[in-house]
Amino acid sequence: MTTPLLKVENLRIALAGDGVTYNAVENVSFEIGRGEAFGLVGESGCGKSITALSVMGLLRRPLSLAGGKIVLDGQEIQNVSAAEMRRLRGRRIAMIFQEPMTALNPLSPVGRQIAEMFVLHQGANWNEAMDRAEDALRQVRVPSPERRIRDYPHQLSGGMRQRVMIAIALACGPDLLVADEPTTALDVTVQAEIIDLMAELCAAKGTAILMISHDLGLVANMCKRVAVMYAGRIVESQVADAIFATPTHPYTQGLIDSLPRLGERARRGRQKLREISGVVPSIANYPSGCRFNPRCPAVTEVCRSVVPEATPLPAEGFVRCHHHG
Amino acid sequence: MAEGLLSLDDLAVHFKVGNALGGGIKTLKAVDGVTLDVKPGECLGLVGESGCGKSTLALAIMGLLPPTRGTIGIDGQQISGSTPPDRMRMARTVQMVFQDPYASLNPRQTVRRTLADPLRLHGVTDKAEVEARVIDMMAKVGLRSEQADRYPHEFSGGQRQRIGIARALILKPKLVLCDEPVSALDVSIRAQIINLLLELKDEMGLAYIMISHDLGVVEHVSDRVAVMYLGRIVEQGGWQEIFENPRHPYTRALIAAIPDPFHRAAISADAKARGEIASALNPPPGCHFHPRCPLKADICTAEYPAFGEVSPGHRAACHFRDRVS
Repeated sequence: MTTPLLKVENLRIALAGDGVTYNAVENVSFEIGRGEAFGLVGESGCGKSITALSVMGLLRRPLSLAGGKIVLDGQEIQNVSAAEMRRLRGRRIAMIFQEPMTALNPLSPVGRQIAEMFVLHQGANWNEAMDRAEDALRQVRVPSPERRIRDYPHQLSGGMRQRVMIAIALACGPDLLVADEPTTALDVTVQAEIIDLMAELCAAKGTAILMISHDLGLVANMCKRVAVMYAGRIVESQVADAIFATPTHPYTQGLIDSLPRLGERARRGRQKLREISGVVPSIANYPSGCRFNPRCPAVTEVCRSVVPEATPLPAEGFVRCHHHG
Repeated sequence: MAEGLLSLDDLAVHFKVGNALGGGIKTLKAVDGVTLDVKPGECLGLVGESGCGKSTLALAIMGLLPPTRGTIGIDGQQISGSTPPDRMRMARTVQMVFQDPYASLNPRQTVRRTLADPLRLHGVTDKAEVEARVIDMMAKVGLRSEQADRYPHEFSGGQRQRIGIARALILKPKLVLCDEPVSALDVSIRAQIINLLLELKDEMGLAYIMISHDLGVVEHVSDRVAVMYLGRIVEQGGWQEIFENPRHPYTRALIAAIPDPFHRAAISADAKARGEIASALNPPPGCHFHPRCPLKADICTAEYPAFGEVSPGHRAACHFRDRVS
């Protein structure tokens, strides 16, 4: 009896342009088990953030869900009513965003914004909710929470604001936390703290994480399984450790080889970084066949015309490449 | 400081903030006593989190902010609070590559004009020579000559950064300040720009100051590294010393904070720092880092540590620099 907590199947997200409709995301499928951390990695424009938004039911024009299923705990949620979705958001699934300053309400003290969760979703009265908000702040290790609950977002530092976001997201003990680049706006030492905090709290509460990031290293450290997206499709999905040891898609291989890694120069001297040639295609000009083909070192005729199917990998996961194996 | 290209001697840049009526005027010590030198053809990595003063330092070196105290010696010119720089001469000596290639290019100028204007301003008036140097520079940064009449919006982010680099190099400067030159670019494009910067450095004999928070990049490109915290250099040394044998707890925390999927860094995760950088308006007494430091002792709150030598060329401002390892 292992129904996954979240199952996304053949997700397709349409982007309406001037008289044309593009597929911003297509054929995206993945599963997240209860309490599991799953990472979705890709560059800007690859569709990772809108995939997260679709799970939250937050796609707005010109984006719309054009196909596929999103199943939360056995229940299809892609077509539920707005009211039903509002009930799910916050209670069963919650999200934290990249920029906490724009995600928080600047006119409301942070304690009130946390307390709102208890009032709206659990029917608590405001007095009780404010007490619980203070506890929630203490849990995310905001110093002197009894004073901080009265602070407005602008009075807090970036790291503290992101802690408040985490407190709001985890207030009602959701089953799934969607984290879209949660630390990109933060300094590196703060990033490390926030990631540790998120992982620790989610592990304690049994909350699963869908982590969205452009930083493969960060995701691989935190998540058990990772999927790599390129130009609207998942090109490879593997166990996190394996993706660094044996990346199978040429794009993943290129990404891993192209970044200077700590300790590499001391070990092997300064090597020229391996470049991925070309640029990320824009959505209006996605190439036919495999979308990585104009940049791929191993490209052949079939790559230009036929979309590669997902080929299962020996251990776990799959790759979408004609030349695998 | 004999044949150094750039030498900063006890450089300080302070700002007055606030107003006399409400709360009084305070002094923000953005850069507070930095002594540094850069030799011709050398790459100095400058590392630190937001708010540490690295951008203020860069602007002071560019001659765009007058020093409050101390001097900047650059290629024979001495700049201090009372002797402003000769701007035309500065422009031929120091140039800058900015972080955001979308914001740092004039959208209404073609590539040709962006590159030709500085030449004309600096006395290259022969049309054929201007044209030849523009085309030559474009070729050096990997742009084709037929792209000369295009506007910035017609280029991708990576190509725009190439234009930004070409603009910085067109006057054949000796020192280039690179302020986070790849952090605004797509991950798969970064290797191209890093390789290009290194090739140009060798080809044109350039010295770089590479400002970055990405330690992987800094380790890859730097000959020496300086780490800044709240306006002061806290550690400085050869790249290998800094990355393999860092002596300041802040440097160790920075290295420990990087996700390290290959498990290759020399520093373990227990060196992580707590909390966030303090405000430069109100730095902690004694060693500025002590509220976040895992090694904090009584002396750290009382006395700012000397910038003492660890080994020749390697200095760290920590009371326990000989104990850390």
